[in-house]
Amino acid sequence: MRQFMKYFSASFLFISMVITSSIAIAADYKVGFIYIGPPGDHGWNYQHDVGRKAVDEAFGDKVETVFQENVPESADAERVMTQMALSGADMIFATSFGYMDPVINVAKKFPKVKFEHATGYKTADNVSTYSARFYEGRSVVGHIAGKMTKSNTIGYVASFPIPEVVRGINSAYLAAKKANPNVEFKVIWIFTWYDPAKEADAAKTLISQGADVILQHVDSSAIMTVAEEAGVYAFGQASDMSAFGPNAHLTAIINGWAPYYVEKVKQGMAGTWKGGEQTFDGIGAGMVIIGDLNDKIPASVKKEAMAIRDGIAAGTLHSFTGPINKQDGSPWLKAGETADVGTLLGMNFYVEGIEGDIPK
Amino acid sequence: MFKLIPRENVSPVLSLLGPLFSVGLTMIVGGILFYFLGVDPFAAIKMIFWDPLMSETFSTYSIPQIFIKGAPLILIALGLSVGFKANVWNIGAEGQYIMGAIFGASFALSLYPLESIVIFPAMILIGVIGGCLWSMIPAFLKVKFQVNEILVSLMLVYVAEQILALASLGFLRNPDGAGFPGSRNLNQYTSASNAEIIAGTGIHLGVLLSLLMVIFFYVLLFRHSLGFKIKLLGNSPKASGFSGDNPNKLIFLCLILSGSLAGLAGIMEVAGPAGQINIDFNVGYGFTAIIVAFLGRLNPIGIFFAGIVMALTYVGGELTQFMLNLPAAAIQVFQGMLLFFLLSFDLFVHYKIKLKGNK
Repeated sequence: MRQFMKYFSASFLFISMVITSSIAIAADYKVGFIYIGPPGDHGWNYQHDVGRKAVDEAFGDKVETVFQENVPESADAERVMTQMALSGADMIFATSFGYMDPVINVAKKFPKVKFEHATGYKTADNVSTYSARFYEGRSVVGHIAGKMTKSNTIGYVASFPIPEVVRGINSAYLAAKKANPNVEFKVIWIFTWYDPAKEADAAKTLISQGADVILQHVDSSAIMTVAEEAGVYAFGQASDMSAFGPNAHLTAIINGWAPYYVEKVKQGMAGTWKGGEQTFDGIGAGMVIIGDLNDKIPASVKKEAMAIRDGIAAGTLHSFTGPINKQDGSPWLKAGETADVGTLLGMNFYVEGIEGDIPK
Repeated sequence: MFKLIPRENVSPVLSLLGPLFSVGLTMIVGGILFYFLGVDPFAAIKMIFWDPLMSETFSTYSIPQIFIKGAPLILIALGLSVGFKANVWNIGAEGQYIMGAIFGASFALSLYPLESIVIFPAMILIGVIGGCLWSMIPAFLKVKFQVNEILVSLMLVYVAEQILALASLGFLRNPDGAGFPGSRNLNQYTSASNAEIIAGTGIHLGVLLSLLMVIFFYVLLFRHSLGFKIKLLGNSPKASGFSGDNPNKLIFLCLILSGSLAGLAGIMEVAGPAGQINIDFNVGYGFTAIIVAFLGRLNPIGIFFAGIVMALTYVGGELTQFMLNLPAAAIQVFQGMLLFFLLSFDLFVHYKIKLKGNK
C-alpha cells in the first residue's frame, strides 16, 4: 500500500505539473487539412500532404498548417473540423468525398472560416469545391497502354461505379482504341478505394484473363507489385509508384494539388477568396501531372504521348471528341463536338466498344 | 521462475484505486512516448485531459462533445458488464451496434419521405431489436451446442461489416447521391432525425438515455435479485444451478441485454451524430466499450466515469493531433495502455508473486 501511495503522489505531482505548463502558438494565417487515411499511403493522402507542405514552403512563418490523419467519414469528421475552426483555423481543406455533409454543417457554424472540399458537389458562401480532370491523364496512359499491349487485352481495376471512375474508363478506352483498334478492355469493380489485398486479387484475375497492361483507379501500390512479379505493365495512381515496380511502371497520373492549395491560401490571406466556386482543373493547370516515362516505352510512343499531353494542356485536344457513340450504339457526340462539363460530371454510361455493364 | 499465488484478502481500497492508478501510469508512460515522438509531453497530456474541459477556446464545444462521444461507449459497456459479471463474453458488440443502425435506418428509409411522429420511436425499437437479434445468434449456439460465444460474437462483427458495405452500396444507397456509396442523411428526414435536445450543443436523446441507463443498471445489479443471480452464475455456476436458477436463461438474458444496448447505441448514432449509413459508419465503439466496462470495474457508476474519461482521450487526442502533430497511432497506443495497466494492476491486487522454490 505504501508503495502504491508513493506512485500515486508521483503521478499527482506529474499531473499538477502538466496543468501548470502551457503552450503558445502564433501565426498570421492557419490552414487545416483532414485526411481520410495516413499521409504515408503513397497515393491519395500522400499527394494532399505534398500540397500542404507546398503551402508551408510558399508562405514560411506567415502560415501555419495543421493536419489530422485517419479521420473517418462520420460524426468524427464534423468534430475534428469544428475543433480546427475553434483553434483558429482560417481555412480548412477536407480532402475526401465523404466529408461533404460535415463540411456543410461546420461551415454553417463558422461563416468566417473558408472551406475547400475535394470532389464533392455541395457548396455554400464559405464552401468551394475542387476536383481534377483525371480523365485527361487517362487519355495519355490509355494511348501508351494501347501501344504497349501485345495480347490486345487491357485490364482495369475500378473502385466504385461513380461518374469520376466511369469517365476515366471511357477516356482511357477511347485513347487506347485510337492507338490500337484491336484493343479490348476488361474491367473489375472492387468497391473500395483502398484495400491492397483486394486490389492485388483483381490484378491477378485480370492477368490470368490475358491482360498484359493494367490500369487502376484504386489507391494502393499493390497492383504495381503484382504487375512487377507477373512481368506485365501498369501505371501509378495518384503518385509516382515506380519504387514498387521499376520494370512494370510505365508512367503515373500524379495528383498535383500543390499549385491549387498555394493559390487558395494566397487568396484567403488577401481577402479575394470566394465561396460557391467549383474548380475542375486538369493537365493545363498542373492539377494532373504525367510522371516520368519508363525507358521501356519506344521513343515514337513517348513522343505521341507527350503530344497528347501537350495538346490537352494547350486546349487544342479534348479527351472526348466526337464522333462517339454510347455503349448501346446511340449517338452521343457528333464529329468534332466535345463533351460538356455537365455530362462529364454525371457520366453514367460506357462508350461504344466497352463490354460489360456498369454495376447498379 | 515466478509463481502467482492468489491473495486471501483482496484489499477493496486497492481494487478501487486501480482505474486511477492506470490513468496516472498511462499519463506517465504516454508522456515518455510523446517525448520520444518529439512532442512536449506536458503540453500533450494537458491538451488531452485539461483543454477539452477547461480551455476557453474549446470547452464550450468540447464538454457536450465528450458526452456525445461517451454515450455509445457507456450504453454498450453497461450491457457488456452484465454479461462479463456472469462469465458470458460478448466480444461482438461492434457487430450488434452496426446491425442496430442498419435495422433502424432501413425501417425509417423505407418510409421516406412519409412524416409521422411514430416513425422515430418505432425506428429506435427496431434498432434495438436488430442489435438483440444479432446477439441471439451466439446465445443460441452457446446454449444449444456449447459453442464458444467469444468466437461467434467476434466473427459476427465481420459479417455485420459486410452487410454494412452491402447496405451502403446497395439497398440503402441514396438514390440522389450521384452514385456515391452511403444512404440518405437521416438528419434531413425530420421524422427519423435524432435531433439535438439542447440547442447548440449537439446533445441528443442517446446521451440522455445513456444517463438513464446508468441508473437503471445500478438498480438492476444492486437492488434487484437478478443482479445477485447474475453474479452467482459468474462466480459459481454450480451454486447458481442449485439455487434453482436456469443458467441458460441467464445466458440469454445477458446477451439480450448487451445486444439490445449496442443496437440502441447504433440507432442513436446513425440517426444523430453520424446521420447516414456508410461503409465507415462503425468506428470501434463496440471494442472500446470493452475497455470502458473494465475500467469502470463492471459497475454502472464506474462505467459512466470510465466512458467520460475514454471520450476525453478521443476529443483531447484529436486536439493533440492537429495542434501538436502527434500521430493518430500514438493516441491509440495511449488508449490501449489504459486497459493494459488496469489489468496488470489487478493482477498484483489479486495475486502475490513468489519466486519458485521459495516457501
